[in-house]
Amino acid sequence: MRNWPFIFKTAIRDSRKNRWRLFMFMSSIVLGITALVAINSFNYNLVKDIDAQSKSLLGADLQITANKALTPDLQAIVDSLPGEKAMEMELFSMAYIPSADASQFVRIKAIDGDYPFYGKIDTEPEFAAENYQADNKILLDDGLMLEYDLEPGDSIRLGEKYFEIGGRLKSLFGSIGLGSGFAPGVYIPLDRLEATRLVQAGSMVDYSYYFKLPDDFDAEEWENNKERRQSFRSESFRTTTIEDQKENLDEAFSGLNSFLNLIALVSLILGCIGVASSVLIYIKTKIPSIAVLRCLGLKSADAFWIYFIQISVLGFFSVLTGSVLGSLTQIILPEILKDVLPYEVSLSISGRAIIEGMIMGSIITALFAVVPLLSIRSISPLKTLRSSFEIEKSRLDPVKWIVYILILLCFFLFLFQLTKDWKSALVFCIGLMFSFFLLFIVSMAIMKLLKKRLPRSWSYVLRQGLANLYRPNNQTATLIVSIGLGTSILTVLFIIQGLLLSNVASMDAGNQPNMILYGIETNQKDSLAEITRDFQMPLTQQVPIVTMRLDGWKGKTKAQWMADSTRTASRWAINREARVTYRDTLESDEKLLAGTLRKYSPGDSVFISLEEGFADALDVDIGDELVWNVQGAIIKTYVGSLREIEFRSMRTRFFILFPEGVLEKAPQFHVIVTKSPSNQVMADYRSAVVKKFPNVSVVDLGSILNTLNDIISKISYVIKFMAAFSILTGLIVLLSSLYLSKFQRIRESVLLRTIGASRKQIFRISATEYFLLGVLASLTGIILAIAGSYLIAKYQLELDFNLNWIPIMLIFVFIVGLTVLIGILNSREVLNKSPLEILRRELM
Amino acid sequence: MNEILNLKSVSKSYSSGSRSLTVLEDINFTMNEGETLSIVGPSGSGKTTLLGLCAGLDKISSGSITLCGEELELLSEDERAELRNRKVGFVFQNFQLIPTLTAVENAMIPLELNAQRNAYDKAKQLLERVGLGDRLNHYPSQLSGGEQQRVSIARAFINDPAILFADEPTGNLDDNTGNTVESLLFEINREKKTSLVLVTHDLELAAKTSRIIQLKGGKIYSDSLNNAALT
Repeated sequence: MRNWPFIFKTAIRDSRKNRWRLFMFMSSIVLGITALVAINSFNYNLVKDIDAQSKSLLGADLQITANKALTPDLQAIVDSLPGEKAMEMELFSMAYIPSADASQFVRIKAIDGDYPFYGKIDTEPEFAAENYQADNKILLDDGLMLEYDLEPGDSIRLGEKYFEIGGRLKSLFGSIGLGSGFAPGVYIPLDRLEATRLVQAGSMVDYSYYFKLPDDFDAEEWENNKERRQSFRSESFRTTTIEDQKENLDEAFSGLNSFLNLIALVSLILGCIGVASSVLIYIKTKIPSIAVLRCLGLKSADAFWIYFIQISVLGFFSVLTGSVLGSLTQIILPEILKDVLPYEVSLSISGRAIIEGMIMGSIITALFAVVPLLSIRSISPLKTLRSSFEIEKSRLDPVKWIVYILILLCFFLFLFQLTKDWKSALVFCIGLMFSFFLLFIVSMAIMKLLKKRLPRSWSYVLRQGLANLYRPNNQTATLIVSIGLGTSILTVLFIIQGLLLSNVASMDAGNQPNMILYGIETNQKDSLAEITRDFQMPLTQQVPIVTMRLDGWKGKTKAQWMADSTRTASRWAINREARVTYRDTLESDEKLLAGTLRKYSPGDSVFISLEEGFADALDVDIGDELVWNVQGAIIKTYVGSLREIEFRSMRTRFFILFPEGVLEKAPQFHVIVTKSPSNQVMADYRSAVVKKFPNVSVVDLGSILNTLNDIISKISYVIKFMAAFSILTGLIVLLSSLYLSKFQRIRESVLLRTIGASRKQIFRISATEYFLLGVLASLTGIILAIAGSYLIAKYQLELDFNLNWIPIMLIFVFIVGLTVLIGILNSREVLNKSPLEILRRELM
Repeated sequence: MNEILNLKSVSKSYSSGSRSLTVLEDINFTMNEGETLSIVGPSGSGKTTLLGLCAGLDKISSGSITLCGEELELLSEDERAELRNRKVGFVFQNFQLIPTLTAVENAMIPLELNAQRNAYDKAKQLLERVGLGDRLNHYPSQLSGGEQQRVSIARAFINDPAILFADEPTGNLDDNTGNTVESLLFEINREKKTSLVLVTHDLELAAKTSRIIQLKGGKIYSDSLNNAALT
């Protein structure tokens, strides 16, 4: 029978003088819980708002989209729908700004009808969205207007038509801010689109049809009608109801949710490691008291419970503090994530997030704290007689192993709940454990190396500082793991960001082209080639493009295949509008993998060449038959060869390559690829092209790079914020462990000062120790990050690996500096007070 | 008279790697209830080790020890803890008070461990007895060495132990304070008729016990009655 009153009483009494210290030990868990609760609260609000806002995000009850207009049959089906209708055509083109004599690539949305039926287009002045159609005006992206100093009332030209600006467009309806800099949005009345002459045969236009249905009309039921669904699908039309929109958004945000939760998990684990390490040190300071109690008759299990209760209660308060901070932190998350969210997320305290965070936090904190607490059971009462007495450590404590397994199980379940896939959860779990294990091994190796190879010839100060890293009760492993992991996350982020940008930027290197002109009509191509030559720019590629659709393959029609449940071809490959070129030679970035590039002679079969990935997606091989519908004309072809294409340069590349002599007479447009020597030439050339041929679009590498930079920096801002949680947790672990070690080291410092060491020497010993700790932790983290980034770059992103050392050096200096600063600030008490004062206080 | 402590062929050795170090060898003696006994000997002769074994704080390598009728080797660690709580008191050289507990709380521990209700009153009474009635709520760090040892004596006697083990009880105190503590220890011991095992370097202190066992090199060198103390 356990003596619970004594256990509780002693737990309270014994903690009396240690509560603040104990809270410091537990504080490392606070940030982990803060992250968990903040992220979960935010996610729950996000999901709640999806339900509330999906109607105004879709803007209609039903949306039907494709990259072509409705066929007469489908038109007849939608004509039977009751309620209001609207239509949108979306295309990319150049806008010419006369006042600045400049041109800009834009996204044109031509609208007919009162779309959006729900929600509203955000404009300035506010009513501009209501009037622009009737007034034949346009709504132009606010950022673009600011850039070119445009005001409502000014004009711009789209294609061959000038439009007056009716208002500033704050954001495109229903879309997120990412990438808007690449192609700013323009709303125009649909009936004015034709006058621009931007829509030609082969132009890339997306068509959307919107319906506002009566309240008693069931859009879901209408959409789910099997026959109707088949009619839309077979013509590659997609239907979206509000329910579908909710599902899409849920799915889109579950990735963000998982990512944020993973960051929270890392913070939580770091916090837990901090707790385990602090509890270990705390228990070491309690050994004499525990030995006395054992001597006086306390059972080993009761001794365990006394400290378990202390730690649990403080753990609970830490978790509670974390939950409160987490609920407060979620207020800033929408501000940080605003560029990746299509709508404003409401703020409310989520009881569910708090309860989940507290349960998860309490369990995991308790489990981590139990590991060092279990050692209490083996503290011998003999310690009262001989403080140096050590019992033989049992190699296998089954209870400890059970706790380890429970910790892993907890993480696995957490990850499983995130990913809903046990395999991914297992991979994450193993990956995470591997990182921790690796950092731990590195720290152990460093300590062993220092212990064995510490040169005796070094100065006393340096040797003492180094020795502090491996002497008893050191925190080296904990700090290397916690600070190292935080540094690692931050460094991987910088490396990958740099790699993405440098890989895109390197496309411009040497003679690689940096500009693409598309939408060129056949009668414009010679004239454009001449302009290009006038600017002393090379015609790197001059390519005809014919659009077509797959009509059948391997002896069956597309309709037959679509109805076939054994079909292995992917839907995207079947339905995409193919953009095909024709030539009899390979480009420099193409490599033949199988078959031969066969020329066409009249009367012979047509042999085409497919990109290997596309052939895989269609599940076809050399010799298989493919039938194409080239804008009404049916052409039967056979797969003659398979190619691999290097996607590294700014060139056109084609999944499907026809031989010469087949498509020359088909309706086609052209693409020119060139290289401008400077930004100025690029701007002048673009202006000259757009002025003469308003329908031609010019895309340059600089804009792509800027957009990519913009997107990456917006996303990385979010990631950096989250990585800051990990780093901060690491620093709190550092703070609490330094606070602990301060008490441990006071005696030694006092002794050193008593026998004549100067304050300067003590300061140098501390500074050396923290400097080395910072160096080792950040260096280990950086080395791991470089290895990890290399693997990600090579196998995941398939990028060329190169390093920009400047941000890495900055991270290194930042982490080392911060570690030394915190260490020194924490030691100043030992330095500034007299030895006697400290000795007296320690005895208190 | 009943036996309270009986050692038969007790040996203790420690192994360090492949080497084994014998600290005590073939120790045999019996102690009766109410008897006072000193264990003396030079440093490293095994005095403290012997005290630890007799009190059930450590395990013997061979032989047997019977304490208060219980054969210690047959008891588990927790059973030995329970035996110590009910029958044994301790006074240590370095006092071994728990720094986070007040004087009265330190003294109460053995009774509280046993879930006895009158722990506070009894602790207070004993602390008054040792002259610390006005220092009940002071922490060890607020007490002098002599005062701390007096709290330790109060704690040792609070559960009316059958046997008291004292390890150099005056070793950390100056002569005057040492004498006061010594007197208190023997006085209360007499009042409560407790058996006393005292480990000490101090032959003067040893001379106050009825029997002296002298250790040398881990073996009993002499075991003699102290007639002066007996009279």
